[in-house]
Amino acid sequence: MVLPIQILLLVFLLFAISRVYLRAREGALRFGEILFWASIFALAIVGVVDPKFTNFLAVQLGIGRGVDLVLYLSIVLLFYLIFRTNVMLEDTRHEITKLVRKIALEEKKDKPHKKKKK
Amino acid sequence: MKTLIIIPAYNEASVIFTTLKELKAFLAKAYAADILVVNDGSTDATVDEAARAGVAVVTHILNRGLGGAIGTGLAYARKHKYELAVTFDADGQHEPNDIPTILEPITAGRADVVIGSRFADPSKEMPLDRKVLLRISNLLTYILFGAYTTDSLSGFRAFNKKAINGIEIKTERMEVSNELFSEIKRLKLRLSEVPIRVIYTDYSRSKGQTNTNGINIVFKLLLRLFR
Repeated sequence: MVLPIQILLLVFLLFAISRVYLRAREGALRFGEILFWASIFALAIVGVVDPKFTNFLAVQLGIGRGVDLVLYLSIVLLFYLIFRTNVMLEDTRHEITKLVRKIALEEKKDKPHKKKKK
Repeated sequence: MKTLIIIPAYNEASVIFTTLKELKAFLAKAYAADILVVNDGSTDATVDEAARAGVAVVTHILNRGLGGAIGTGLAYARKHKYELAVTFDADGQHEPNDIPTILEPITAGRADVVIGSRFADPSKEMPLDRKVLLRISNLLTYILFGAYTTDSLSGFRAFNKKAINGIEIKTERMEVSNELFSEIKRLKLRLSEVPIRVIYTDYSRSKGQTNTNGINIVFKLLLRLFR
């Protein structure tokens, strides 16, 4: 029997995969990123369609229930993605600083104030 | 030697003119150096006040933080082929008389970078919260960058040409003070410390490291280390 939550999750995951496909077609994602996101969503679809699959994996890893495995993996993944986002944000800040610096130095037309040595 | 005094400034309109006037008066009689104010996107009259004092000013169109401003000062020093650079706070907490002292280890050929250490002067008692923050920062600098210093957060520093040309600052905000030590280690620069005097006022305390941004600094440093 198919539960309503399974239908909702499936619709969302198919939507997510379609976004990955569209971004890939635009060239906005690198090959590794396409593979990463497609695998994540494909695995999630398998887990939604056949919840026993996650139970099977959970038992192999020494975790009781499939849903616990999904939660653990989701938390780890979220932490990692937050970390990557922070790194990207730092890189962007650094690029902005370089740009601001370049403008500041190019706009400086006056010669530095000089003092004669005594 | 061709020397540049770099003064990072963000919204320092109320004090910068006095600081620059005292600095210029000292330089006129004791040490030949140029002054550069790096206006870090101030929204007050910092630029006008600096210009009134008759010093060179470069302006960041956006506020980039202390690290960004020091980086711009060093880039300016590289561009104009300065042999020595000194970073000096705009809030008047540093003594111009200490400039020759901080440059002495470099001119004597003993150091490439000199830190003006507030901790080495027992005559001026540092507020307790500052002392604790400083100790944590020193420890962090040692753990993350392997460099031991008594004052990792000092804004009074001197660099020779090798340091000016080699140091690349990647952090934008207050964590630059710790990152400088990582650069000193990477470039195998000789580090020295000299005691300096500091004048703590309510104004200078409100402008410097706040105790609450310590956690943010630790996070940023770890992020850069593990990226």
